[in-house]
Amino acid sequence: MRLFKTISVTALLFFSLSISAGAQCKAFAKKECLPQLQNYTHDGNYHAAVLVEGEEAELYKTFYSDMEYRVAIVGEDKLPDVEFMVLDVNKNVLYSNKDKDYASTWDFKLQSSQQLKIVVKVSSFNRPGETPASGCVAIMFGFKMKK
Amino acid sequence: MNKNYGISSLVMMVFILVFSIVTGCKSGTKAPKEDEEVKLPENISEIKEDIDQAKKIFNALPSPLESAQLIKSAGAEFDGKLLNPVSKVNSYVTNKAMALNLGVYTCDLSFASLYEQTQLLIDYMNAAKKMADGLGILEAIEQEHIDRLEENINNSEVIMEVVSQTFMNSNSYLEDNDQPATAATVLVGGWIEGLYISTQLVELDDFNSNKLVGRIIDQKLSIDILIDLLKRNQGNPFVDELTGQVQKLKAVFDKITLTTGAVRPEYDQASNTTILKSEVKSDMTKETFLELKNVVAEIRNSFVN
Repeated sequence: MRLFKTISVTALLFFSLSISAGAQCKAFAKKECLPQLQNYTHDGNYHAAVLVEGEEAELYKTFYSDMEYRVAIVGEDKLPDVEFMVLDVNKNVLYSNKDKDYASTWDFKLQSSQQLKIVVKVSSFNRPGETPASGCVAIMFGFKMKK
Repeated sequence: MNKNYGISSLVMMVFILVFSIVTGCKSGTKAPKEDEEVKLPENISEIKEDIDQAKKIFNALPSPLESAQLIKSAGAEFDGKLLNPVSKVNSYVTNKAMALNLGVYTCDLSFASLYEQTQLLIDYMNAAKKMADGLGILEAIEQEHIDRLEENINNSEVIMEVVSQTFMNSNSYLEDNDQPATAATVLVGGWIEGLYISTQLVELDDFNSNKLVGRIIDQKLSIDILIDLLKRNQGNPFVDELTGQVQKLKAVFDKITLTTGAVRPEYDQASNTTILKSEVKSDMTKETFLELKNVVAEIRNSFVN
């Protein structure tokens, strides 16, 4: 029975840690990413994940011609720079924050509604032999009516 | 069998499974020597595909707040009769009904808030709270959110902030607690409600001039995102049922023509904003619109009745 108890406690700890990592990401997103939206209204959607250096994530979303948007993409301090690119459906790169010193926000509006793809990539510290850094990356969108 | 023993065994099995997955890649293998030729498997493209599939993918549907804003920006009038009555709130007892109607009520709540329908706003916030509580979503909508709304009933900025915060609390709770299928179901409920309100607000008399028609056509851009979101949660009974309904909707959207030319980004220094310029051609006949309106109403009614 003692063995079962030990294993059960370890398993529960494993699962609690994964839930706690999620909760930690939510707190990070609220504290660090949400304020970057400033005077844009947050759409209420939540996109955050723990990424390891070198890892990528993709997001697909439709953006409408009536709105002005701000996308905010923020990674935890322990991560290297977080790169993001915005692509159209034909995979043409419309924006890359690498050209803007890894800016965490981008403001845009559209002449006609479009489905866009956002590719987020955590760059690498290039430290061979060391455990790769990992941390939360949050993606949030704010909108306002087009003037 | 002793109950505690049964639970412990189950937990142990799950642990062993997780442990095997985590360590499986290392066990029984030997690191290749540096001068040893490493042979790549022949089906490298399949492996690459697997790696691509393992990437974190987010499928973002328009949130209820964004859907409501699109309706308002198209110049549509408010019609409270189109909302799902709050009196039905006690009839939603299954997890699927509560998840769908959390989305539906959040969309109605957003619609009421943008049109400054103050009493409705409080009623719908309470209805959404009931759904969130029923799903066990802790702290999504708390009494303090409702109190804050009541205290700031004429402050649209605070209202939007509270609505967006409560929606984020719900979907982040579900994602963080490993319930992505329920999170997807909430999003589908909200998106269908927005589409239902939009299609109901268009009269055939003003079909050609109603700006809302354009916004409805734009939803074609989100149907594949929605299908992909559901596919990622395949196997869940809620999701499998919804997929059939959404495929029916996609069949109607497929009748709408929507072609976009090349997108050209132009930076406007004065506003520090990029303008994505592109030409778009779209066409939806009145017949297709009516078919869409009927299918959307059928799906939405299956959610709320």
